[in-house]
Amino acid sequence: MNPGLHVGSLLATGSGIADLFAHPFVRNALLAGTAIAAASGLVGYFVVLRSQVFSGDALSHVAFAGALGALAFGIDARVGLFAATILVGLGLGVLGRGGRADDVVIGTVFTWILGLGVLFLSIYTTSSSTGNGAANVNVLFGSIFGLSSGEATLAAVIGGVLCVAVLAIARPLLFASIDEAVATARGVPVRVLGIVFLGLVGVCAGEATQAVGALLLVGLVAAPAGAAQRLTSRPWVGLGLAAGLAVLALWVGVLVSYVDGDIPPSFAIMAAATAMYLLAYGAGRVRAARGSREATVPVSRPVPADAA
Amino acid sequence: MLATDATPQLTWDLARDVHQLFEFHFMVNAFRAGTVVAVVAAAIGWFVVLRQQTFAGHTLSVVGFPGAAGAIWLGVSATYGYFAFCIAAALVIALVPRGRGRAFSEESAVIGTIQAFALACGFLFASLYSGFLNGIDSLLFGSFLGITDGQVLTLLVVGAGALAVLIVIGRPLLFASVDADVASARGIPVRVLSVVFLVVLGVAVAEASQITGSLLVFALLVVPAAAAQRITSRPVVGFVGAIGLGLVITWLGLGLSYYADYPVGFWTTTVAFAIFLGAEIASRATRAALAARRPSPTVVGP
Repeated sequence: MNPGLHVGSLLATGSGIADLFAHPFVRNALLAGTAIAAASGLVGYFVVLRSQVFSGDALSHVAFAGALGALAFGIDARVGLFAATILVGLGLGVLGRGGRADDVVIGTVFTWILGLGVLFLSIYTTSSSTGNGAANVNVLFGSIFGLSSGEATLAAVIGGVLCVAVLAIARPLLFASIDEAVATARGVPVRVLGIVFLGLVGVCAGEATQAVGALLLVGLVAAPAGAAQRLTSRPWVGLGLAAGLAVLALWVGVLVSYVDGDIPPSFAIMAAATAMYLLAYGAGRVRAARGSREATVPVSRPVPADAA
Repeated sequence: MLATDATPQLTWDLARDVHQLFEFHFMVNAFRAGTVVAVVAAAIGWFVVLRQQTFAGHTLSVVGFPGAAGAIWLGVSATYGYFAFCIAAALVIALVPRGRGRAFSEESAVIGTIQAFALACGFLFASLYSGFLNGIDSLLFGSFLGITDGQVLTLLVVGAGALAVLIVIGRPLLFASVDADVASARGIPVRVLSVVFLVVLGVAVAEASQITGSLLVFALLVVPAAAAQRITSRPVVGFVGAIGLGLVITWLGLGLSYYADYPVGFWTTTVAFAIFLGAEIASRATRAALAARRPSPTVVGP
């Protein structure tokens, strides 16, 4: 790359979109972010379908404690991040009834883990003289523009593998999520699937923390998936839509933040994802109203067993 | 109990330790505020656990963060921000129809999205208010230090108001929480009750956030009630027990952070977790013992 051009485009920051890709930090952000968002969308589709948004929320707090714990002991934050989220994800799967964790148990565990994070934070900030004062904020709210090219590549690879893994178990998982009893009767290993899936949610949480931060990853997981489920009842279309919307939210967020430097990328990504959810919610309402006027029964989602 | 958890700095003379604890006025205020918050949070948390709205409760506490950050950015007292955002979020959650069953939960997706967006807004406000990034920690994880007499009074008044409303709606709310269908058939305005309850929850969480920080309200809101409901199934005993456990968590947390050099957020959540674990083990042991003695399922009672 021509260094002169690079400096020129840096000086012209905010003047246009054309020189966007000239910046390594933007390229890294988009490379890692696209894979992370696609994985979050796919995982999120099942998280919403299985009503496990709360587990994702718990994992987000685990991510905080894990990353700061690693920093407190002088290790790469990502090691602690992934170790904590995957272990706790699997743990939630094993402890929860039938692979679905109890809300109160999750809440209690994650509150304590958050407390541990506060402990690690105090150890990290008081003991290490070389400590980065913003590390805490970066873990909580992400720093997608701060990814090095090595970090971005690794995040993209893990994101890609995660997408493949989710798609590989998608068929039986879909069956198990929609009708657990029938799936069990047909010989689907429902419990193992539930545990494996929560492990994958753990990986996803670790990934998303690098993009939008521990506290915001639930939005990247829940909002595009919730929007997709509002828009279509067909599972495969919904899965693709969830991934697509998540990637779109990330790109919009990165662009907005690039154009206006005062707006943090994490906020812009969340705002885009939330706007999509609101639009999908409105569209779903309009369609449902029209459907009921035409006296048809639109099956827009699986009917809960006890709703009859 | 305090002595068994004691660190080497403590003497075995409990009276002396407690006297030492209250030597400073900020510690006295911390205990006053903590006591008020513990009682209010545990009382309302008991209904939160019963109604399985723990996720909503957590979201409300999280929403206080952008409220406070936004208020500070605009130059207003953070207190107004907490109350405005928590109550507004409570109304939003109340407007979404409650899902039944677990096959598809629109509610949890909505709440998760609101929560992440709210935190993102808080981060935006904190970024826009330059130089404030260090304050994020105390907004999120609280600080029991530096609580003024005026704040204690505000907490007391608002907390008493929230409790008064809770007492008025307590009986029908209990009925509606246990069996919404039967309650509404008996003419209890279930929907109105649930809206009022969420607003009370918003108010209580808003005031608690100012002391414990947005992310740790949960330890005082849900854990005491969840532990109490594991020990007893009787409403009144559980309700009083939850308040007692909330006080134990707060007092021990404050005392330990005073003597040991780690943040109060860590100690509070650790005591809470230990209590929950103890309650879980006790309830399993009791059930196992009962099952061994009497093979047929019987009601546990005096």
